[in-house]
Amino acid sequence: MGLFKFLKEKLFKKKEKKEDEAKQAESIEKYDKGMAKSRKEFSNKLDELTKRYKVVNEEYFSELEEILIEADCGVSFALNIIDELLNESKEKNITEPKEINEQLVDKMFLNYLKEGEDIVNEIDFSSTPRVLLVMGVNGVGKTTTIAKLAYRYIKQNKKVTLVAADTFRAGAKEQLTVWASRLNCSIVTGNDNEDPASVAFKGVHEGTLNNSDLIIVDTAGRLQNKQSLMDELRKITKVIKKENNNPIESFLVIDATTGQNGVSQATAFKELTDITGIVITKMDGTSKGGIILAIRQELGIPVRFIGLGEKMDDLEEFDLDKYLYGLCSGLIKDENN
Amino acid sequence: MAFEALQEKFSRIVKSIKGESKLTEKNMEAMLKEVRIALLEADVNYKVVKVFVSNVKEKALGQEVYTKLNPSEMVIKIVKDELVELLGSDRSELIYNKNKPTIIMLVGLQGSGKTTTAAKLANLMKNKLKKKVLLAACDVYRPAAIDQLAQLATQLKVDLVNMGDKVNPVDIALKAKEKAYNDHYDVLIIDTAGRLQIDEPLMEELKNIKSKVNPDEILLLTDALAGQDTVNVAKTFNDTLGLTGDIMSKMDGDSRGGAALSISYVTGVPIKFIGTGEKISDLDIFYPERMAERILGMGDVLSLIDKVQENIDEKEAKKAVNKMMGGKFTLDDMLSQMKQIQKLGSLKSLMKLIPGAPKISDAQFKLVEDEMKNFEVIINSMTKEERENPDILKNSRKCRIAKGSGKTNADVNRVLKKYEEMKKQTKMMKDFKKGGRFPSGF
Repeated sequence: MGLFKFLKEKLFKKKEKKEDEAKQAESIEKYDKGMAKSRKEFSNKLDELTKRYKVVNEEYFSELEEILIEADCGVSFALNIIDELLNESKEKNITEPKEINEQLVDKMFLNYLKEGEDIVNEIDFSSTPRVLLVMGVNGVGKTTTIAKLAYRYIKQNKKVTLVAADTFRAGAKEQLTVWASRLNCSIVTGNDNEDPASVAFKGVHEGTLNNSDLIIVDTAGRLQNKQSLMDELRKITKVIKKENNNPIESFLVIDATTGQNGVSQATAFKELTDITGIVITKMDGTSKGGIILAIRQELGIPVRFIGLGEKMDDLEEFDLDKYLYGLCSGLIKDENN
Repeated sequence: MAFEALQEKFSRIVKSIKGESKLTEKNMEAMLKEVRIALLEADVNYKVVKVFVSNVKEKALGQEVYTKLNPSEMVIKIVKDELVELLGSDRSELIYNKNKPTIIMLVGLQGSGKTTTAAKLANLMKNKLKKKVLLAACDVYRPAAIDQLAQLATQLKVDLVNMGDKVNPVDIALKAKEKAYNDHYDVLIIDTAGRLQIDEPLMEELKNIKSKVNPDEILLLTDALAGQDTVNVAKTFNDTLGLTGDIMSKMDGDSRGGAALSISYVTGVPIKFIGTGEKISDLDIFYPERMAERILGMGDVLSLIDKVQENIDEKEAKKAVNKMMGGKFTLDDMLSQMKQIQKLGSLKSLMKLIPGAPKISDAQFKLVEDEMKNFEVIINSMTKEERENPDILKNSRKCRIAKGSGKTNADVNRVLKKYEEMKKQTKMMKDFKKGGRFPSGF
């Protein structure tokens, strides 16, 4: 079965409860809408290729390569997939562009799943309080993501405490405080330039005392090649572990516009602490966020949540099917006709 | 991701074409392929790479290889020159009006560093250029964005137009312009909210600000970590607003920053500044040459020199040199030298800055760094007397040191051997300074 058919069946024809069905449809629509601009270039281009070429040739493959690289999938990721496709098309004598495209998306999919399929996106609350440490380079949207995650879990009747451990950037504490008051949840802050580890400690301590289910710790943005800042983060992790015995959730936030450096970011943060997931933000722009595929392939870190817009509920659980659907739905709809 | 330097890749290819005197399509093919991959790995946009490589090919074809250069060096030279030309510009200075305020507007995507850069520009203009600076907080959307700018303005002792977040940004900008004229400011810097280039209402807002305040400079903030999509961002901002320049932020990261090339190519506007750190003074002028080398992974010797100058404690270094020249070189001096080197950052990050440095695996780096740590532990386990006069170290003392530091006798001996080597070098240097012949093998 081709991937498109598979996706269609999996996404639309699953027999689920009515309620779930509505939820599912809503979520698919969010992906569809949020990724409309990303798709415009990706699947429309693939589609356009099938119209221009009757049979595939070397040029066709180099155009495919262009589409993949422009999606920030990473150079080696793209070159490998194209190589595989080229060999297979020769071996099996596939000449039809449509079939090649299908194989391409298929491979993107399989490469992601190679690392294992059973990813639980939602935070596990079997033992509470659960600490979520949110990290990333500067300007990727950590604080906004935290607000969205808090909103998500408050809606699920969890008690959430926010901890403003970014004591460096001007206005960071105030930004999180605004969110805490909008969301009506508790927040622990420190003084400007206070040791972030001590704020984190205080936050986890107070969050435990006030019976929080989830304690989300915001950290300052740091470039992964700054040793002292990375050491600081290590200290924060250590301090949290001292105060809380449950496994820490550590989310690395990556901006969809990020290029090849995303892999270097994930590598460095992973070396430091056990990253349990990636949140990819700003997917509502024109970027395709292809770097998550390279990160998954090289480091095995799964994406847990995806930011599809500016509204509070625009943070969705990451679902590879829906992501690929969002990226390629033009092609899938095509098959319907 | 560890990038392999272009020269290294070339050095493998070049063996096969050594001795050819002209650049031909055939002997360049493999090299150009590597150039292409290097540029793509640096996040230069695919289409830009395509055009760029074909331009290089055209320029290089048929060129005689200078006697001093081999074909690969020749190609690198052409590639680099071409890059510098594309990136370079003599229009990168900001021009200040004489009799009225110069108005600068900062625009860009969310998280590209507009507010931080607004403060850095204000700092540069106020403290280095002695201008009277006014800031305007027009980001009414992001929670506490105004707070952020207000805190930075207070810190800098620069005036700020702050009308809260319930006012239309266009009105704030207009008010700020009036104030800048009435109160005779030299410069007005307008910080705007981050926005996607496809967000039409918000792009319209920028157009309104532009038409109302008529800024002298509209500078786009772009992120050095950004990927392929930068071309679309830069193009739309430029088409909508008519940019006068670009500022690249987060250049202190370890990305190759190929986005710079895409921006220059697609907009033709000069890159005027780069953000090089989190401190308010970390804003530098853009040097095309350095950028070209960085994109090609040729190492950045100039940045290395800057880094060394920044981090080496000059007094400490002088003290050590004087001591060495005086002929006294103790284990403490060796330790202090090692620490100076450690201060520069991890060996790995340093090696990245050195062009043509051999490729060393992570494991090897770790080995060297561990050894440096071992040395420190061992030297710290010695008495003051032993450190100053290592000659007294006989077996029993060595055993004690090994036990105290949790190492073996062999480890202690290695430290002493290294010390002897360094001492010898120091002595040679001293002899040389006295006017002797440069010792051979040094």
